[in-house]
This record gives sequence, C-alpha cells and structure tokens, in this order.
Amino acid sequence: MKAITDILGRYGGVNLLPVAVAVLAFLVIGAPSSWVTLTVAGLAMGMMIFLMASGLSLIFGLMDVMNFGHSAFVSFGAFVAASTLAALSGWLGADNIALNILALVLAMAAAIVAGLAGGWFFEAVIIKPVYKDHLRQILITMGALIVAEQIILAVWGGTPTAVPRPAFLEGAWIIGDVSIEIYRIFAFALGLSVYIALGMVLGYTRVGLLIRAGVENREMVESLGFRIDRLFIAVFMLGSGLAALGGAMWAGYQTLISPSLGAEMMIVVFIVVIVGGLGSIHGTLLAAILVGLLNNYVGYLEPKMALVSNMILMMVILLWRPNGLNPAIK
Amino acid sequence: MSLLSLKSMRTNIGQYAVLHDVSLEVPEGGVFVLLGRNGAGKTTTLRSIMGLWKPSPGSVVFRGEDISGLHTADIARKGIAFVPENMGIFGGLTVEENLILATANGKFDPARLDRITTLFPALKTFWTKQAWSLSGGQKQMLAVARAIIEPRALILIDEPTKGLAPAIIDAMAEAFREIAETTTILLVEQNFEFAKSLGRDMAVIDDGRIVHTGSMKDFIANKALQEKLLSLSA
Repeated sequence: MKAITDILGRYGGVNLLPVAVAVLAFLVIGAPSSWVTLTVAGLAMGMMIFLMASGLSLIFGLMDVMNFGHSAFVSFGAFVAASTLAALSGWLGADNIALNILALVLAMAAAIVAGLAGGWFFEAVIIKPVYKDHLRQILITMGALIVAEQIILAVWGGTPTAVPRPAFLEGAWIIGDVSIEIYRIFAFALGLSVYIALGMVLGYTRVGLLIRAGVENREMVESLGFRIDRLFIAVFMLGSGLAALGGAMWAGYQTLISPSLGAEMMIVVFIVVIVGGLGSIHGTLLAAILVGLLNNYVGYLEPKMALVSNMILMMVILLWRPNGLNPAIK
Repeated sequence: MSLLSLKSMRTNIGQYAVLHDVSLEVPEGGVFVLLGRNGAGKTTTLRSIMGLWKPSPGSVVFRGEDISGLHTADIARKGIAFVPENMGIFGGLTVEENLILATANGKFDPARLDRITTLFPALKTFWTKQAWSLSGGQKQMLAVARAIIEPRALILIDEPTKGLAPAIIDAMAEAFREIAETTTILLVEQNFEFAKSLGRDMAVIDDGRIVHTGSMKDFIANKALQEKLLSLSA
C-alpha cells in the first residue's frame, strides 16, 4: 500500500484516481465512442452526486451529525422542481430560449428554497435535541426520512412523476460517431460551478475559514470567541439546499421520479462522503466522480455489478486510506 | 481586587467529580503558576474557567463579573485566551490563517503582528505552510501567538513545555516573560524548573482541591513543602 501511495503522491496523488479509472476502462471497453459516452455520463452523474453529498460532508465534518435524513432533501428538491417545471410547461415548450432558461432557473430556485427552509426546520426541531448523541441521531434522522417519504407520497402520490425538460437541454451533440447528451454537459457544468463557488467561499472568506477550522476543532473555534452553534444552522441549511439542487438535477436526468428516490440515493451519497473524507469538499468531488465513472463503466460491462462496485470501491479506499481520499483533518 | 477569582468551584465530568473545591485568586500581572501531579485537576480547572466544562456549583469571577454561566465564545470575548495542552492548532489551515482567525475583525494589527514575528521568527518562515507540517515547538509558538494576536487580559496556558526540546523551552520561557509584562498568564505546568523560572505567584492542586497558595519565591525556598506536595526530591 505504501508503495502505491508513494507512486501516486509523486504524480498528483489521489487526484489522478479518476483518470486512472478512465484509462483502465478505455483499455477494457475498447470502443472509443462508447467510452466517451460512458465517461461523459459518469462525469455528469458524479457532479450530481457531488451536489447531493457536499453538504452532508460539511454537516458530518463540522457538526458531527450523522444525518440519515439528508436524502429527504434530495427527494423534496426533485419533486418541488418537477412541480415547478410542470407548472411552467408552457415556458418550457416555448420557442424562446429566454423563457426556457427562466423556467429552469425558477425550478432550481424553488428546489433550493425548499431545501433551505426544510434544512432550517430539520436542524431546529430534529437535530438540535440530539447533538453529541450518535445513536439517537441515526434513529431520529432515519425516522425523519421515512416521514419525509410519506409526506411526498401524500402530496405527489405513489405513481412515478414525469419531469419535463426545457427544450434547450433536450437532444445530443453528435461528434463523429460519439453522441453526448446536452443535459449531461449542463449537469457537469453546474456541478463544477458549485464546486468552484464552494471552494472560493471556503478558501477566501472568513466564514469559510471558520467552517474549515470548525471541522477540525470546534472547541478551539469557540475558545477564539466564535459561536459555532450559529454557524451550524447556516451550514445545515446550505447542505440541505445543495442536496435539493442535486435532487432537482437528478430529476431532470431521470425524467421519471418516485417517492423512494431519496432512500435510493442515500447509500451512494454516504459512500461518497466516507470515501471522500469527512468535511472535505475536494474529497467529496473526487469520490463522487469516481463513483459516477465506476457506475457507468461497470454498468456497461457487467450491469448487475453496478451497485456492488460502489461498495467494493469504498472497501478498497478505506483499506488504503482509513480517513478517506482527502480528509479535512490531516 | 484579583483579576480572576475561582470560588468553591466544583466540576463533574460525566458521573465523576474531578474538581471538589477549587478556590483561587489570580492577581493582575505576571505569571501565576498552577502546579500539581498528573490527574490532580489542573486541565479541568482551565477548561472550567473557559466554560468548556461547566462548574456547578461554584463561580468564576473575572474582572468582578461572574462568567461561570456564559458560553465559551462569550468568555473568550471578555478577554481570556486559551492555549490547550494539545495546542488546538488547525492543521489544515496555514500559519497565517490560524492567526487571522483569532483576530477580532479579520485584519492584523501591524504592531502586534510585528511583535509576534519578533517573538517567534519561525512563524514568519512558515507563514504560508499548513500548520500540520510544523514541528511540535513551532506549533506551540503558533498556539501562543494566536493567543496574543489581540489584546487579552488573561491567557490560560496548559503545559506548554510538554514534549518540547530544551532549546525550545528556553525560547518559550523568554517569550512568556515578555508577554507577562502586559498580560496576566495563568500557567499550568508539571515542569517545575520551567515554572519556577517564570512564576511570581503559585498554587498547588491535588485531588481536585487547592492545597497550597503563595509566592513562588517562598515555595522554591521550602524544599520540604515541594517534596510533600509535588513529590519532588529535596
């Protein structure tokens, strides 16, 4: 293991893992056009999972809260966006790109607002009474996830809900014999933008500095005169808002969503947070891209092994790096 | 009037009573040393003052105000800095970021920064390095520098010499002497040689109780008392 670590370290460290996986997949798959399609799909999927998981990583790292209800915000984001898009279907189908974009922006904004408001309520009512008690956190947040699923069932019904897409995101770009879905490019660009924005906030603002310090040592941040409990609420809301945005993007990707969406995504989101390293946005991005790529490559080569591949990835990474790929605490 | 008064302070950690009856008067100015054997309650005393563990019953009076019920952040804002035993350095942050986080408004006061880099020149050398890459002595320097980056009335320092090389300990003692000219230091220490070179007043804690208070000068002169309270050979 040490030899592998040393070699990786010399050529860019864990950042090279997704590249290594992609190169290996190219050799195994053989057909370049299929490989490009799968790689783009994997990157897009990775970015959407990154949106869902990045907030949870910060919540885990900063607040030491095991929030199994996080994926409820993914579900709410997906359904709120779907309803908004359905209500604005006239704009979506209009032969006017400005109206198309406006409908999309409103749907994403509605999902984020739902996530922020839900996050505030969730932290104040469900999380606050169980700080520093992991067992009760697991029980109560699992319970909250079930309740959230039932609320979605009551409001949106049990039959799968269709998610309309704006006209400008439909279709694909054909380059030679390679077909690249426009929606995937959009999902990748949005995820990358959020990653850069989060990086700027964490790296260059005082609030970001406090979050990074709080992930490492909450007591010391308080001893320097900062009320970290107030920061907790803001981070929880941010995390929930991002999860809702991820859910909205996922809804557009799937085009058909069911109330069990959150529970289905929960395992993948937790794998990404653990593989990436708690509290690390960069680690979460790396892990999300790895999971996205692996899912698509393995799904193409051996469909039944797609979900198992994530578990195997987690086991291998944790055997190699018990604290994840790029943990916030060194 | 004392700068800090601990009155019949008792602290429980879980179901265990660690401090039974701690009463102490820390005068303004100089270095006040709290000595004691391992597990006597020295660290718990400092953490109770900072509100990291809540004393109950008993009170902590700072500049005439009872601060025992306040949140740790509010206690810090009253002008008390804390340098814990593990130094509390944020390893993922650079030296600069560790220091700027401790400033009141996110900006350095050039005069204070100049004083810090004169006291601890190594910090300037590693200014942009992540703190986890520093040596133990450099981390301790950073922890102390962080405590004095803003004007403070009192600095609580927990065993700063633990695991440090003798040369670093000497440099640290020199820095503490200079800091104590303007700020009161409550120093918890097991290294008696280091403590006696700095302390003006002192107390000894044993089994969660203050068993002796007085001047360091008198304590140094009384070998029998040292032997009795600290098991130091005469």
